[in-house]
Amino acid sequence: MSSGILVFCETDGGKLKKTALELLSKAATLGGEVSAVVIGGSVDGAEAGRHGAATVYTVNGDAFGAYSTDAWVKALAAVIAKVSPAVVLGAASPIGKDLFPRLGARIGAGAVTEVTDLSNVGGQVVARRPVYAGKVIATAKVKSAVGLFTVRPNSFAVNPTGGGAASVVAVDAGVSAADLKTQVVEVRKSAQATVDLTEADRIVSGGRSVKSVEGYDSVIRPLAAALRATPGASRAAVDAGYAPHSHQVGQTGKVVNPTLYIAVGISGAIQHLAGMRTSKVIVSINKDPEAPIFQHSSYGIVDDLFTICPALQREFEAVIG
Amino acid sequence: MKVGVLLKQVPASDTIIKINPDKTGVLTADVKWEINPYDEFALEAAIQLKDAGKATGVVVITVGGADAEARVRDALARGATEAIRVDDPALAGSDALGKARALAAAAKSAGVELIFAGKQAIDTDSAAVPGMVAELLGWPQVSVVTGFSVDGGKITAERNAGGGFIEVVSTSVPAVITCDKGLNTPRFANLKGIMAAKKIAIAAKSVADLGLSAGQVGAAGALVEESGLELPPPRPSGKIIQGATPEAKVKELVRLLRDEAKVI
Ligand SMILES: Cc1cc2nc3c(=O)[nH]c(=O)nc-3n(C[C@@H](O)[C@H](O)[C@H](O)COP(=O)(O)OP(=O)(O)OC[C@H]3O[C@@H](n4cnc5c(N)ncnc54)[C@H](O)[C@@H]3O)c2cc1C
Ligand SMILES: Cc1cc2nc3c(=O)[nH]c(=O)nc-3n(C[C@H](O)[C@H](O)[C@H](O)COP(=O)(O)OP(=O)(O)OC[C@H]3O[C@@H](n4cnc5c(N)ncnc54)[C@H](O)[C@@H]3O)c2cc1C
Repeated sequence: MSSGILVFCETDGGKLKKTALELLSKAATLGGEVSAVVIGGSVDGAEAGRHGAATVYTVNGDAFGAYSTDAWVKALAAVIAKVSPAVVLGAASPIGKDLFPRLGARIGAGAVTEVTDLSNVGGQVVARRPVYAGKVIATAKVKSAVGLFTVRPNSFAVNPTGGGAASVVAVDAGVSAADLKTQVVEVRKSAQATVDLTEADRIVSGGRSVKSVEGYDSVIRPLAAALRATPGASRAAVDAGYAPHSHQVGQTGKVVNPTLYIAVGISGAIQHLAGMRTSKVIVSINKDPEAPIFQHSSYGIVDDLFTICPALQREFEAVIG
Repeated sequence: MKVGVLLKQVPASDTIIKINPDKTGVLTADVKWEINPYDEFALEAAIQLKDAGKATGVVVITVGGADAEARVRDALARGATEAIRVDDPALAGSDALGKARALAAAAKSAGVELIFAGKQAIDTDSAAVPGMVAELLGWPQVSVVTGFSVDGGKITAERNAGGGFIEVVSTSVPAVITCDKGLNTPRFANLKGIMAAKKIAIAAKSVADLGLSAGQVGAAGALVEESGLELPPPRPSGKIIQGATPEAKVKELVRLLRDEAKVI
């Protein structure tokens, strides 16, 4: 009989990533025992326990250097076989997106991806996810014994439950280098972004109206830095070459879910909204009072971005320091 | 080597979406359909391999109704050489795994050795089907690819690994690659291509033609159950910040972000 919730936790230098804490916090409210799994990394049982996990399973070995689909799918399948959870949660991060669908096909489990809300309805986990560019919310359940869900970062608050240290159990998943059909031969840091847009808690995006690379680099990037935010861009800004396309937010760019999104000189086209409409607070700065973005904004300033942004940057520097 | 392209038609990105009265789907009567934008990168990648003499043919594979033919035709006109459209009443209510089963079986029947897919469909945004196809075929997958080369069966691909990292991954055919923006610039069909495409038959296949049983696909085989659509809750109407000077507006914004919204 499957029961309980297993949270696939990503780590960074031995610490659970914020997405993992969000998922553990949510799992603790859904009912049933919560356990965690960390693949290819170390974990602090106290930190996991404080966020509601009773046990953390770890899988390590020679095959667990850089992330690979083959090693991770096999490892997570092995932990699921051992733990028999009813629900497995992971982040809709680059790793989660790559891992969960294939895992679903491997173990015959239904996968609901890109979820923004989970609830327990009569003992069953029900997921909600935006579809059609966020114009519609769909509700889905899983019928198989195990249900897989990937959740967009920043969907849930981090709430420590104050539990005692989780016991850490190493699992041998029998993965060897021979299982790997892909090899990572090189990892390059791309020029700019530090935090992945999809995981960013604050984003400042610039549009076509920044007018040039210099405009983007001298207005958007410093404003983002002052707010400790990640810089983003509209497609018009990306297509014009002002920002790299890894920065594009929207239907054919990144779908983001930050607490604070500041749209600078962006009109609010439907395809841009598709990527950022679930942001908790949206601020827009646009000189056109009729710009559609204002209809989706929590706060708006009607003015020239080249005068507002430097002033806002100074104010953030003073307040956030 | 034959190359496959998984191609889905989606509502144009500026479509006004209306939910049907029983809240189980969207009204499609007024929808203008397009090739999923990421599948255009996949198609272009495959055609470029053919142009470079590295692929002997490009097979477009779709799971979709008769109304998807126009998108498949467009793909043929751009340079694809064969097409399979899997269509069967038994497919109704498929989840991602059901569609993946049909696509994997079609790819196998066409004898392709390399599959290009989009990184996600922009309508239902699952980003799930290609990884499932790869698993069902037992092939490696490289997802969210922005550049690649194929040389004597060896594949080198660049992918966006998140956090600002680009990974260079090596693998070999057979494999599944999902395509991100930046991989290439999709071409349009020209008149010669449009004329040539008219002579190519689009093979319509049923689930049974592909050796699958009705219970493996559609609502019968689905492990995910959709239980309704609704409109997102309306955003509370926003405030336009007033102020005599830019400085005054900025100060008021920061005050609101701190004291009212509590996000800084
Ligand atoms: C509102 C709604 C929500 C849904 N949610 C889920 C869910 O959470 N889980 C689930 O299992 N099912 C779900 N389904 C069922 C299913 O119909 C989805 O289409 C399925 O999950 C595939 O996902 P996708 O279309 O988003 O494709 P993705 O997985 O995002 O597509 C990625 C790529 O796969 C290829 N591809 C996808 N579909 C086709 C196709 N028909 N023909 C050819 N190539 C294709 C394309 O290359 C495409 O770019 C949902 C359906 C609806 C209507
Ligand atoms: C299939 C498809 C997919 C797409 N995908 C995406 C996507 O993923 N992401 C995306 O963003 N777009 C996408 N688009 C494009 C989208 O339709 C818009 O064209 C784009 O978002 C516009 O970018 P923008 O707001 O920067 O430019 P514009 O629409 O040109 O708006 C510029 C805004 O800046 C304001 N402005 C000008 N000067 C100043 C100033 N000095 N100070 C203050 N404000 C000023 C103007 O009033 C205007 O509102 C897609 C389109 C299609 C067809």
